[in-house]
Amino acid sequence: MTTQVAAKPAKPAKPATMAQALQRAMRDAMAEDPTVHVMGEDVGTLGGVFRVTDGLAKEFGEDRCTDTPLAEAGILGTAVGMAMYGLRPVVEMQFDAFAYPAFEQLISHVSRMRNRTRGAMPMPMVIRVPYGGGIGGVEHHSDSSEAYYMATPGLHVVTPATVEDAYGLLRAAIASDDPVVFLEPKRLYWSKSDWSPEAPTQVEPIGKAVVRRRGTSATLITYGPSVPVCLEAAEAAQAEGWDLEVIDLRSLVPFDDETVSASVRRTGRAVVVHESTGFGGPGGEIAARVTERCFHHLEAPVLRVAGFDIPYPPPMLERHHLPGVDRVLDAVARLQWEVGS
Amino acid sequence: MDSLQQRSSTVQEPPGATPGYRPTPPPAWKPRTDPAPLLPDAEPFRVLGTDAVAAADPELLRRLYAELVRGRRYNAQATALTKQGRLAVYPSTTGQEACEVAAALALEDRDWLFPSYRDTLAAVVRGLDPVQALTLLRGDWHTGYDPREHRIAPLSTPLATQLPHAVGLAHAARLKGDDVVALAMVGDGGTSEGDFHEALNFAAVWQAPVVFLVQNNGFAISVPLAKQTAAPSLAHKAVGYGMPGRLVDGNDAVAVHQVLTEAVARARRGGGPTLIEAITYRIEAHTNADDATRYRGDSEVEAWRAHDPILLLERELTERGMLDEDGKRAAAEAAETMAAALRERMNAEPVLDPMDLFAHVYAEQTTQLREQAAQLRAELDAESEA
Ligand SMILES: Cc1ncc(C[n+]2csc(CCOP(=O)(O)OP(=O)(O)O)c2C)c(N)n1
Repeated sequence: MTTQVAAKPAKPAKPATMAQALQRAMRDAMAEDPTVHVMGEDVGTLGGVFRVTDGLAKEFGEDRCTDTPLAEAGILGTAVGMAMYGLRPVVEMQFDAFAYPAFEQLISHVSRMRNRTRGAMPMPMVIRVPYGGGIGGVEHHSDSSEAYYMATPGLHVVTPATVEDAYGLLRAAIASDDPVVFLEPKRLYWSKSDWSPEAPTQVEPIGKAVVRRRGTSATLITYGPSVPVCLEAAEAAQAEGWDLEVIDLRSLVPFDDETVSASVRRTGRAVVVHESTGFGGPGGEIAARVTERCFHHLEAPVLRVAGFDIPYPPPMLERHHLPGVDRVLDAVARLQWEVGS
Repeated sequence: MDSLQQRSSTVQEPPGATPGYRPTPPPAWKPRTDPAPLLPDAEPFRVLGTDAVAAADPELLRRLYAELVRGRRYNAQATALTKQGRLAVYPSTTGQEACEVAAALALEDRDWLFPSYRDTLAAVVRGLDPVQALTLLRGDWHTGYDPREHRIAPLSTPLATQLPHAVGLAHAARLKGDDVVALAMVGDGGTSEGDFHEALNFAAVWQAPVVFLVQNNGFAISVPLAKQTAAPSLAHKAVGYGMPGRLVDGNDAVAVHQVLTEAVARARRGGGPTLIEAITYRIEAHTNADDATRYRGDSEVEAWRAHDPILLLERELTERGMLDEDGKRAAAEAAETMAAALRERMNAEPVLDPMDLFAHVYAEQTTQLREQAAQLRAELDAESEA
């Protein structure tokens, strides 16, 4: 993956949101490569329900940024055909749970077209999915569906936690010659940073985790919407003598064993934190990998802090479901492992 | 147009065909049904403004009027509740009340309603407690009522997914020998989903007692009908599946009620499914979270305000001497009473038990869920001690 930079400065820098960074990433990719097409429900005139595609239809025309009929299977299925003919579709699924009608296309075709055709027909496309809870959404607007995607060979699964990464990872996803499920943590859409849409920004290679906070006594392994939670927990834990390292995975597939294992070997303890369900969730896979690679360095079992194993609850109860700082700290406390405990 | 004509002529005379040569059709081909009776009328069916109104039951007309007025007030009240933060979100049916009201009133008690997320009003008109109907949108639980008790399926947020359920239920009822009809409601955008097509196909093949009501309100969030379908009308879609399509003025309450009642009766006597397209308009934005100025102009909205369902019926009934000032006042007062009660009840904080999170995941709680419930219990106890 070569490193690219954004277009040159035009306006003075001001704080930007993750939604703006994503928009900018698509815009730059579309300007650079005429084969990049954005499509989905309400992505054109409205600019998407989260305004992530705002302005793209105006700038590039409706053929490049297209309001499709309301049919997720159709959107992804036609994207397959477009990719077969040399385009690079960037598809928006309006909300996590509304991507499910498209799973047939995703699992039966998108993910395995390269494999079925012995490499002759790759599927360079991005499937953008706003995911996760914490925004008070009603039923079917808060699912964390990453485990379904992770369980499907042939897909990359990527999720940014910062404004900068939103730009860098989406550029990389669009440039990728394989299908990328790009999970956008909705509750971070409006998170701000000093990132300037005009400043040169690094395109991050897919598959590299990043250490967000250095620490020595345990590693918190996390991604997406749980990254800010873990950083806050790490600050709070300091008072109790814990110096926590926080790893933002950024990419679930491929998984960066190297960064994660190096950290856990140093700290000897690890907690995986995510808001999707724990049972059959991403944390199980991550904990197993860490255990396999770091067994002799571990002072305690790898713990998981996850959402409960329930359908996503109604908004008035979601705070009881979402893993917050306290649950992370409780898990950290349990890392004082003693035999027999 | 040109290319259409060209295309139809190529069908009749393949290029390069020998003059005078007539290819024979495949040996076994004949139409399975005559499509003509299935085709919708060219104009949406209307009753108001025609002599047919005189034949309508005056009781029904007054009932429709009262329900429209109450429904409008309900929409206004629910919208106000979103502004006060009492409802997380409300997709209004202001302007579409005739469809909602007629849908509920066309059914018998034993029939079932399969609403979309927008159809709270239909559920309320059918007799559901308004607070229970709003539970989903308030955010205290996903469905605030027992679907079996009211014969109203949960309001469906994923679009069109309730339609195959309606077909299955109606089919099951028929297998059991019950004369139950299912009415399934969907928006114009929802007709693009695969589930819509599959539901229609099953219903027609099984001749299930189902009525599909499409409220064509012009938009799916921001996407206008023209970008949703190239069909002559949504009602035309029926023909391809082998069921009749009906087109009705969705703001003419009497017409919608009549068309729905006929379709329900037809389904009940074993005549199979019907697809009804009601032409209406969404006066408010998609929900309170939507900015409609991004995709439509005021003049369009104003034109539809002039074709308001309450206005149309009120004018007709007044002119025919069936509604006077007292009648109007009575309807308005009844609506106001409903709104006041709703406001008051919605202002009370719902009492929630977080332990409910684990109560209804399985018939019997799994070991894992019991452990997680214990964890939450401990957290809640610690919270209340602190
Ligand atoms: C399967 C699915 N995809 C996307 C959505 C998001 N969404 C909610 S409402 C809506 C538009 C619905 O339009 P329409 O079917 O015309 O019904 P209306 O809201 O106009 O009543 C969309 C895209 C959804 N709820 N379900």
